[in-house]
Amino acid sequence: MKVLDRFGRATIEFFEYAGGIVVLAAESGGFLVKLRIRFVETINQCYFLGVESFSIVILTSLFTGMVISLESALQAVQYGFGNFVGGAVAYGTIRELGPMLTAVVVAGRAGSAIAAELGSMVVTEQIEALTSMGLEIPRFLVLPRVLAMVVMLPLLTIFADVVAIGGGMWIAQSYAHISYDTFMSSVRQTIGFDDVVKGLFKSLVFALIIALVGAYQGLTARGGAAGVGAATTGSVVISIILIFVSNFVLSFLLFGGH
Amino acid sequence: MSDVIARLDDVDLNYGDRVVLKNCSLNVVGDAITCIIGLSGAGKSTILRLLDGLIKPSSGHVYVHDKDICHMHETQLNEVRRAISLSFQFAALLDSLTVGENVALPLREHTRASDAEIRKTVEEALDSVGLAHTYDAMPSELSGGMLKRAGFARAIVTRPELVLYDEPTTGLDPIVTHLITDTILHLRKKLNGTAVVISHDLHSIYMMADYVAMLFEGAVIAYGTVDEIKSSRNPIVQQFLTGSEVGPIPI
Repeated sequence: MKVLDRFGRATIEFFEYAGGIVVLAAESGGFLVKLRIRFVETINQCYFLGVESFSIVILTSLFTGMVISLESALQAVQYGFGNFVGGAVAYGTIRELGPMLTAVVVAGRAGSAIAAELGSMVVTEQIEALTSMGLEIPRFLVLPRVLAMVVMLPLLTIFADVVAIGGGMWIAQSYAHISYDTFMSSVRQTIGFDDVVKGLFKSLVFALIIALVGAYQGLTARGGAAGVGAATTGSVVISIILIFVSNFVLSFLLFGGH
Repeated sequence: MSDVIARLDDVDLNYGDRVVLKNCSLNVVGDAITCIIGLSGAGKSTILRLLDGLIKPSSGHVYVHDKDICHMHETQLNEVRRAISLSFQFAALLDSLTVGENVALPLREHTRASDAEIRKTVEEALDSVGLAHTYDAMPSELSGGMLKRAGFARAIVTRPELVLYDEPTTGLDPIVTHLITDTILHLRKKLNGTAVVISHDLHSIYMMADYVAMLFEGAVIAYGTVDEIKSSRNPIVQQFLTGSEVGPIPI
């Protein structure tokens, strides 16, 4: 019975959580439709969530591109496939690793920051103060963060893709003596514009996940500093799990095994 | 007696198994200061949140101007809240904004006043609580008493009809407590409005209250003017007022 009880509770909690995020998304979306947007705050959040994540995204994507190239270039040359290395690096980066790694890094840095900030506001009664002033929390706090994330994550992904391919190209040239022209020619032959668009569509979905999970975790934080800490950790863990799951689903739907 | 502008009618409130309010009824009389006293955890702050529509009762009704706010949609509640301001125990200023920006927030969100008009109104509000010099300061730079007064300024900047003060003097030294009490009286005169104050400081309450309600075990057990409460024969009220350890209040 205890197992059933736990399973039942976990199921209820799951649907409560999912329902809470859907309601938050719908309320925020409602204000977007009515164009009740705090533009200045959205721009501030673009800077905080996006621009300030730039260096860490660039670093991680650079080394990811370099390591893919490092692992593949020499073997590829040995087996006579050196002119396919650029395509392999670009293929993996633009369709999968670029959007996903960028999202994971941003979830760790910016998603956690959203949860921590909103959670702190909850436990210090700032959220209650805003509500008592007649301000709508989804419009005032959530929508600017969601919009900023939706704008900035695809942009960061573009930079991440370019830097990862650049890093891969550099390693391929210096380590396996594959020329820049050969590398880029392979990239152009392998990657189409639709791959880039689909990769960016993925990052759009990841942006919604990161911002909404972060905001929901923060707004439901309870119990002082420990509660804020738990909400922050939870936002990173849940976001990353959802990013991985949705990445598989999106890859299946968008690329259909091709 | 002036009209009753807000009231709790037979309100019950439970958090899980914990009973916070039970058959609690209270009238908030217009143009008067009503002070709520009671033990810590008696549900005093909960009453303020009920009056502001921040929480809903498990049963019973909360009326503001004879309109039951318990079943209102959030949009309707926001309209009601424009006539009510809640001043929080720890001020609850947004720590990412300056004091001036905090006080200006309700004006920016709810009025179409120009920046110059808002600045002037905010400066007046800050001046009325003795904080004219703190417009550009961050909340983290203010002392506890100054923070509370900044919270008052934000609460009164829209000239609300009803101001709710949650423990405005708790944790402050006697001089600042006196200053805060004077400020509440001054604001009441300035706004010509109604206030509900929660406080444990009996001296402050005697200075400012028109009516006092004593809350015990989730219900109002005594209500009246300061003199009526002082002369109450209720042993619980008397024990609370004298601060005696001996009496019916379980310690």
